[in-house]
Amino acid sequence: MTAPADTRMSVQLTVNGTEHEIELDTRTTLLDTLREHLKLTGTKKGCDHGQCGACTVIVNGERINSCLSLAVQHQGDEVTTIEGLGTPDNLHPMQAAFVKHDGYQCGYCTPGQICSAVSVLEEIRKGVPSHVTDDLTGTMQASNMEMRERMSGNICRCGAYSNIAEAMAEVAEA
Amino acid sequence: MRSFTYERARTPAEAAASVSSRQGAKFIAGGTNLLDLMKLEIETPTHLVDVQDLGLDQIEQTEDGGLRIGALVSNTALSAHDTVRSDYAVLTRAIAAGASGQLRNKATTAGNLLQRTRCPYFYDTDMPCNKRKAGSGCAAIGGFSRQLGVIGISDACIATYPGDMAVALRVLDAVVETVRPDGETRAIPIADFHRLWGDTPHIETVLEPGELITGVSLPKPIGGQHFYQKVRDRRSYAFALVSVAAVIQSDGSGRVAFGGVAPKPWRVSEADALLPNGAKAVVERAFQGAKPTEDNKFKIPLAERALAGLIAQARS
Repeated sequence: MTAPADTRMSVQLTVNGTEHEIELDTRTTLLDTLREHLKLTGTKKGCDHGQCGACTVIVNGERINSCLSLAVQHQGDEVTTIEGLGTPDNLHPMQAAFVKHDGYQCGYCTPGQICSAVSVLEEIRKGVPSHVTDDLTGTMQASNMEMRERMSGNICRCGAYSNIAEAMAEVAEA
Repeated sequence: MRSFTYERARTPAEAAASVSSRQGAKFIAGGTNLLDLMKLEIETPTHLVDVQDLGLDQIEQTEDGGLRIGALVSNTALSAHDTVRSDYAVLTRAIAAGASGQLRNKATTAGNLLQRTRCPYFYDTDMPCNKRKAGSGCAAIGGFSRQLGVIGISDACIATYPGDMAVALRVLDAVVETVRPDGETRAIPIADFHRLWGDTPHIETVLEPGELITGVSLPKPIGGQHFYQKVRDRRSYAFALVSVAAVIQSDGSGRVAFGGVAPKPWRVSEADALLPNGAKAVVERAFQGAKPTEDNKFKIPLAERALAGLIAQARS
């Protein structure tokens, strides 16, 4: 059994395709690792308690709240942040749709909204049921109600919700 | 957050032994509740034993026609499992009614059972709380108690078990499987898993120090129509004021459990037996002896109306 006496540990993880090995205090969240150590400040710290969704990133293909996860729990994991989805010259379709449909105002929640939105469409495609899914054994549809329910973990204080749903609908139909 | 050391265990027995041998050690799985509480220093572990590598992430059929769910199966994976959707739909409905997509991706079956209360006074470290600090008092009694418990509570604590998944597991008669630090395993019926805490509200389950949940098993499917009705202050991503898990058979008999009202998923077998007589009869029996406050006495008629809606749906 390994029982480390130290509170600093080396963590190896791949972020947006680039491998990193970083020595961190065990307390460091994945969010703080991204922002403070790897200087990837696209991912935002809102509430830091898993209530707002601003810190949403995609880990091994699934969206999570990076503020409620320790970096040491992600040894060997693959992380995608907003910086890894697209670039200003080569936007991810969801980023382009957010621009087209005005899916943000101040922009602070937007990276989390976009990471979540990309994952939501993937979850619907894979048939993961939601609270508003009527027929649990039928085919899942990317309806407005489904997308709204699934995005409830991303809060937007400016209230861009309806435009976010329109952006997602465009990508879902593409 | 207080400083801690961290290790990844390789076997369930090793994890249990490690936690039991160190003062202040705790298991960590998804971490979505524990880390939140560590940031507030409500939880202050000195050592974390990460259980993610224990291989407890499978869902398998059991020999008696039931299902065995590994402790580390995520809420998302459990809710989306084909057999759960078709044969244990109340469980899919309950999980999908809880938390957010992000949280359900990380939250585990075992961790969700151990989710701690959402009583605001438990979270506010400036206030007395017998659950957070034994013997310090209860600020909720006489305080804002709208969200809090109406039955099974005590003079020491009126908090509730906040989760949804366990309420469905309660109507399904699930069994919690564990391993103790000495390697012995045991099976705990979900009815006995959460304690009615009396004057020791800091002890929420019957788990012993270092005892690790390895899985949850479900008996073979019981048929019927499956419902989970959750009533809350907003339509998504909020804890229940009242929730009702019900499995109703074509003859009107069935099972019902309530969430958001007690220290544990609340099910009374004598109340189950009254299902054919309607919601009023069930709720009167299930909430017999309730001690609601002025702020939360609405929960009992709310539970009755929620159940009446489900019974009507089952008949239609």
